[in-house]
Amino acid sequence: MTPVIAVEHIAKRYGDLQAVADVSFDVQEGEIFGLLGPNGAGKTTTVECVQGLRHPDEGRVWVLGLDPRNQAGALRTRIGSQLQESSLPQRMRVAEALALFSAFQPDGPPWRTVMDQWGLTEKARASFGSLSGGQRQRLLVALALVNDPQVVFLDEMTTGLDPAARRATWALVEQIRARGTTVVLVTHFMDEAMRLCDRLAVVDHGTVVASGTPTELVDAHTDGVTVTFTGPEQNAELAEALRRVPGVADVERAGPQYSVRGGPTVVAPVCAAIVDHGLAPPDLDVRRPSLEDVYLRLVSGDES
Amino acid sequence: MRGLGTMTRTELMLFLREPVTVIFTLALPLMVLYVLNGVFGSDAAAGGGGDGDFIVYRGFDAADWYTPAYVALAAAGFAFIALPAHMVEYRESGVLRRFQASGVPRGAALGSQTVVALVISTVGAALLLAAALLFAGASSPQDVGLFVAAYGVAAVAITMMGVLLGTLLPTARAAQAVGLLLWFVALFLSGSGPPPEVLPEGLRTIGDWLPITPIVRLLQEPWLTGDWLVRESLVAVGIAAVSGAVAWVAYRWE
Repeated sequence: MTPVIAVEHIAKRYGDLQAVADVSFDVQEGEIFGLLGPNGAGKTTTVECVQGLRHPDEGRVWVLGLDPRNQAGALRTRIGSQLQESSLPQRMRVAEALALFSAFQPDGPPWRTVMDQWGLTEKARASFGSLSGGQRQRLLVALALVNDPQVVFLDEMTTGLDPAARRATWALVEQIRARGTTVVLVTHFMDEAMRLCDRLAVVDHGTVVASGTPTELVDAHTDGVTVTFTGPEQNAELAEALRRVPGVADVERAGPQYSVRGGPTVVAPVCAAIVDHGLAPPDLDVRRPSLEDVYLRLVSGDES
Repeated sequence: MRGLGTMTRTELMLFLREPVTVIFTLALPLMVLYVLNGVFGSDAAAGGGGDGDFIVYRGFDAADWYTPAYVALAAAGFAFIALPAHMVEYRESGVLRRFQASGVPRGAALGSQTVVALVISTVGAALLLAAALLFAGASSPQDVGLFVAAYGVAAVAITMMGVLLGTLLPTARAAQAVGLLLWFVALFLSGSGPPPEVLPEGLRTIGDWLPITPIVRLLQEPWLTGDWLVRESLVAVGIAAVSGAVAWVAYRWE
């Protein structure tokens, strides 16, 4: 299947700053694709190049078969965009904003329908400045969809939102995908990427350091699952039995503290072995590595 | 152009929701009229009438001399001070990025600002003219039609200068400072403040080279004599065209 977006080795420099050094990825139709990375990694510059808002110094970009460099006008009618660090005039009202933006996109649905779909009708006369963070994001998402786009770019949309508003915003993203729209999500939140993205690319210092589904990334870049529990002080047989469980890589014991490390499938057999030994440790805990562990391993921590 | 009408309407509504800007924009020309009339007004035309006195206002009545000049000042008050600050603020706060990403064409972004400025300047000019004719003792223009035509050319030229400032100035703070400075220079040296005859030679020369000066003269001539200044009108059209073209080319969304 032809990808909706193809990015091939793009690079972009601002003066002395190499914002993007070498970024490539494909986005397939209907998926939520994430660009994950720390602030300043080059994510925003990358999506701006993809949208034709900037032009890369090197490399090539195709979006919906168009070249953003010289077909930005045609592209603009088929993509939607919620930009980081963009704003609306404080006194502009919700209905006004939707009417205004849809005036430039004549092929889109009637703006009142969009306002209704995104639950903004009761806020129609509220000014942008009076909206809460979550309501603003809802409006910006609605504005990104006034042209009924095939691809939507969402850049750092939950930064600065409280947890409830973040969750509400995640629901919006899933709602967008449910309409069949491809979503490109830029974020530096691991939980957000894990929860929403079908596939993602981890970007650091302007390059893609890893890409795949969240599960693939976790499997490829972490040491697997760890089961911990408190058991008998002296029981070499238990430790031996645990070592024999298929998939277990390592058993560590420090006094009564057991720590069993292995692949993602070892949890059930390890627990079975523990039960076989007549134990039911109340503090048994399973730690599955998350995207956060991948991230911390792959991304150099300049900010600490 | 698609969307230009909606955008202009929306911008006008936004302007009307800023009471301070509305009052400033409409009150400034009236204030200028009141103060300058008090300072320079009435029968200074003969400069005292004694031997060796020079003629100011080219011998015309002060109220007649000033009224058309204030029209230019009023337009410049909005175009030099409020408009650039507004445009730069849109750029600084990311509103323009938002517009750009949503496919707003440059023509609509620049055009809506231009049309809104023209509408506001015209309302300000109308108020000013009414006040001048009713309360400041100005007599009506010698040639109304030519004056209206001169106003059209003048308003477009002044507004395009403001649009150019709004495009080139880097920050809202800079826009405010530069705008105020330019407006005061225009006030003092273009012939709309102190009579040019009383200015020292050096300042008068500077005044002659200010872009606003030919525009002031273009407005004064049909009012005072009923004539049309061809050279000044061409200069004004040139100012409008060059400012507009440079703004178009130099326009930045961020």
